[in-house]
Amino acid sequence: MLTVGQLSRGELDRQLAGAGIRLGTGRFTTCLRSAIPSVADGIHLLYADYPLRPADGFADFHLQLTRPRNLRRWLGPQVTLLYDGRSLFKPLPLDQAFPMFEWGLNWCVSSRANRYLIVHAAVIEKGGRAAILPAPPGSGKSTLCAALVGRGGWRLLSDELTLLRLDDGEIVPLPRPISLKNGSIDVIRDYVPDSVMSRPVTDTVKGTVAHVRAPAASVARAADTARPAWVVFPRYEASAALQAVPLARGDTFMQLAGNCFNYSLLGAEGFTALAGLVEQSAGLRFTYSVLDEALAYFDALAAVP
Amino acid sequence: MSALAPLLLQALRAPAATVTLGEADWDLLLRQAGAANLLATLGYILEEHGVLARVPAPAREQLAWAQVLARRHRQAVRWEIRLVRQALRELGLPTILLKGAAYCAAGLPPAQGRLFSDIDILVPEERLAEAEAALMLAGWAGTHHDAYDQRYYREWMHELPPMQHTRRESLIDVHHAILPRTAAARPDSALLRAAAVPVEADPTLRVLAPVDMVLHSAVHLFTDGEFNNGLRDLVDLQRLLARFGTDARFWSRLVPRAHELELARPLFYALRYAAMLLGTDVPVPVGAAIASAAPPPWQLRLMDSLFRRALLPQHDSCGDGFSATARGLLYLRANWLRMPPLLLARHLFHKAFLSPRKVPQEAA
Repeated sequence: MLTVGQLSRGELDRQLAGAGIRLGTGRFTTCLRSAIPSVADGIHLLYADYPLRPADGFADFHLQLTRPRNLRRWLGPQVTLLYDGRSLFKPLPLDQAFPMFEWGLNWCVSSRANRYLIVHAAVIEKGGRAAILPAPPGSGKSTLCAALVGRGGWRLLSDELTLLRLDDGEIVPLPRPISLKNGSIDVIRDYVPDSVMSRPVTDTVKGTVAHVRAPAASVARAADTARPAWVVFPRYEASAALQAVPLARGDTFMQLAGNCFNYSLLGAEGFTALAGLVEQSAGLRFTYSVLDEALAYFDALAAVP
Repeated sequence: MSALAPLLLQALRAPAATVTLGEADWDLLLRQAGAANLLATLGYILEEHGVLARVPAPAREQLAWAQVLARRHRQAVRWEIRLVRQALRELGLPTILLKGAAYCAAGLPPAQGRLFSDIDILVPEERLAEAEAALMLAGWAGTHHDAYDQRYYREWMHELPPMQHTRRESLIDVHHAILPRTAAARPDSALLRAAAVPVEADPTLRVLAPVDMVLHSAVHLFTDGEFNNGLRDLVDLQRLLARFGTDARFWSRLVPRAHELELARPLFYALRYAAMLLGTDVPVPVGAAIASAAPPPWQLRLMDSLFRRALLPQHDSCGDGFSATARGLLYLRANWLRMPPLLLARHLFHKAFLSPRKVPQEAA
């Protein structure tokens, strides 16, 4: 199967600027078009291991990043995201074109893929069992996730979107670049020195953002689902001692529901799926300050049969 | 396939023939259906024709995604209808639902897969103030506060300024007629109300009689200037005709009723374009009876070229270089039909130069 990395840089640029590439991320295919160099840079750097699906096949999402032809372009160049030709969001400064692709693709999945219960959470796997890390903002979820897959030997299923298949309660991987914000960029650069990271983009709505390449092994196993086993609500707290407090099932359920994109949309189906997940998972409130300690704790979790 | 006969039209005309489509065709078909707000509807139509199981898996899954949303929407609309009915209970009037809400409450085919943004009800003109007050008590508030807009709606239009619920944000349009007061045609609302029929599942709710429902759907589509849901509305018409048309009495009443309500011209267009674009079967005598409502031949040729474009999905793959102009011309025509020329000129002048500027809202 052809991967993005097998295209020469010139060929990638040419296809992106022309009919687009059909990028396979997990079970989704995205047709992406853009003549903006920073988008090609990001794809080239972070998606080299991903399959390219045939141009005459089916794509779930058709995205295009383009520079709007408005008067603003003479003052501060902008980028706009088109979903099959239609603009859905306000344009952003041109420098944010690649992050906008990542956010746009998250939007596509979270607002459309309604055969999954979709939780705003990172999800990682070891030994066939998945740990779900839901993410109230500023919780340090992505940092922890990047450390666990970068050094802790966990497989990345997703950094943003936990997809729980409604048919069988399996978690379907969507391994994509891990999004780091502000201080955590340097933290991960130091902690996982061999990680491949995109150029930090400043002044976005989330502050400075950079994306870390997903491990090749995780991308290669994008078709292997996992059973949910733990729901860990992480919280980074400077110089706090590591603490893991078991949560009651009801609390786990309610807090997870609060982090779902489509819980109420799915109605009874969503309730059943979430109840099934909570039934077979241990809920934990997890406070950490030192990544080494956090990784050791997760190792111990996975070691218990 | 040509740009004026896109794949989506072919699929709607002959759903069973989609079994021969390849993945690339499905890709395009679903994009066209998405642009026309017909994704979930297409899924239901394919299911009705027994071909859904033969749709390639990734395309079938997208149809299922859309159906989840549509199911939830229908559930929410039914709930909202209950609350509207409760709010209006004191008036001692049956709640007459129009358009999407009516399809939903009466379980008619267009309700499957349909998404709509507001609930439309019909009340007698002399009870408008009471209805408005009752809805306000239940939490709906007017949305247009500009003095000119208030006058526009209350003096010239066929409805109150749209009301929105302060907590649930649901929208309701309270109509006293189905065309503006200023339009040349004035369908008698009393006739519509008198013929309205109770909903089987909940007799406190009513919907327009089958012929009137089709006529309202036709007048809405062919006198309104916005075509972003044009094809969806034509599909509604087609599905209503298919449901009601099994009853011969429906067809024999349709044209006389159109004349009675001064809606023969919109009915003519509805039957013409449903047949032309979607292959709807119109009985020959009905076609002959409505032919007298056709515009002069030169005008009909013009209308054909406009509607054949405006009723297509607004997607890059549909239409030609004339499509945008066609939509623009039909928008002007709609305003022309809504108001006499002088009033229209005044209205457009006010909107252009005097109304406070609205910050354009982007859909998120």
